[in-house]
Amino acid sequence: MIRTLAKKELHTLFVAPSTWWMLALLQFIFAWFYLARMDDYLQVQAQLAQMDSAPGATISIAAPLASVLAIVLMMLIPLFTMRLIAEERRNQTWILLTTAPISATNIVLGKYLGLLAMLTIIIAACAVMVSSLALGTNADFGLIAGNILGVWLLAASYAALGLFFSSLTRQPVVAAFGAMAVSFGLWMLEMSSGAVRVLSPNVHFQNLNVGLISTADIVYFVLFIVGFLLLTIEHIRRERGGV
Amino acid sequence: MSSPTTLSAHDLTRFHGSRSVVTGVSLELHRGEVLGLLGHNGAGKSTTLQMLAGALTPTSGHVEVCDFNLAKQPALGKACLGFLPEHPPLYKDMRVDDYLAFAARLHRVPPAQITDYLNLAKQRCGLSDCGKKLIGTLSKGYQQRVGIAQAIIHQPPVIILDEPTVGLDPTQIRDIRELIRELGNNSSVILSTHLLHEVENICDRVVILQQGKVIFSDTTDELRRHSDIESSFIRLTAMPAEGVTP
Repeated sequence: MIRTLAKKELHTLFVAPSTWWMLALLQFIFAWFYLARMDDYLQVQAQLAQMDSAPGATISIAAPLASVLAIVLMMLIPLFTMRLIAEERRNQTWILLTTAPISATNIVLGKYLGLLAMLTIIIAACAVMVSSLALGTNADFGLIAGNILGVWLLAASYAALGLFFSSLTRQPVVAAFGAMAVSFGLWMLEMSSGAVRVLSPNVHFQNLNVGLISTADIVYFVLFIVGFLLLTIEHIRRERGGV
Repeated sequence: MSSPTTLSAHDLTRFHGSRSVVTGVSLELHRGEVLGLLGHNGAGKSTTLQMLAGALTPTSGHVEVCDFNLAKQPALGKACLGFLPEHPPLYKDMRVDDYLAFAARLHRVPPAQITDYLNLAKQRCGLSDCGKKLIGTLSKGYQQRVGIAQAIIHQPPVIILDEPTVGLDPTQIRDIRELIRELGNNSSVILSTHLLHEVENICDRVVILQQGKVIFSDTTDELRRHSDIESSFIRLTAMPAEGVTP
């Protein structure tokens, strides 16, 4: 049942021309940044060659790219998640799901996994582009993998957050802005000092960004995702009267 | 009535805020029966149907579908239901075939049988030629038919239709009425409508709601006994809802 819903979500995403436009634009932006970073690196390469333990091409190019991708996805994902539930409510198709013999858990997981599949495609396309570094130099694939994992976990977290906001309202725009505002807030926390800093997903992303995969960060992301999915399920369950 | 009860509602009440929209509605539906739900605008017809279909939770009271309590065993109960809401829940960017197959999967039709169920539902609703069309490009009448097809595709024992003939032309209305009669042979159908002669033609029993209360519940013949159905309806709904025994 989860698969049926996920497949339907993915299908809906890919029949919409706007999805293709967004994918194309994203690839374009990403390629632009890639070339710009590459250019910068080539200009300072001569100086770097004289340094002891100079930063390699991967950390100078791939890591900043992953940060850019993370920020772009933070702004983009609410636009996808707003459709998932809020738009179904507005189009009055939500009732088809609530009167079908499926649980709130299945509805939420189906929709979430459908979107996650598309985000995975986006991130995989970017991963392939970054891996083209290997054509010119000895790319550090461990670092690239760490970065891609980080971006993917971050995207999955934003998707869970966005899905929760989508479940709260019947206005897609409100859902998108709500999710975006909270994402920005969490991003801002990164710049603060003190204990609240650990609440920001971006702080945990930064470790992965420099190639450090620690259990604490992974656990944080998993808790973040599971937490928001549970909140969404609970909200829908209550709305349906404890079903 | 000797045939088994497929749907029963006990004392349904629903509040919107502090205002009660439906108060103490009880009704029963038997296999092979078509029940018409009548009432003025705002009498609580749609709210009642939504509660019967499990889309709205009653503030108090409970619904049993095929002996499953909708609040306690929702998955089993809802599997026996087909529901066409007031606004057909259509994904405008899907093709008719894809949409109906999706609806069939949602209602747990075994994958091997989906094609058969799909073809039967399309044939019954006169959609055989539109399988490849996008729902958004269909006219309102055809969209309504897709909505009905969605409600009957899994061949449920109980079918709930909220104003099924709205937006259809006279020929289509006749076809849909024939379809409802045909569905009524094997399943139970409950439908709401404004059209009194529709009730006269296809319903075995009638329930009239006024201000959220049942003011009449009997066979169509009983409603017709004293005078024609229209004047009976007007006579009944002209009385205040309180103090009228069904």
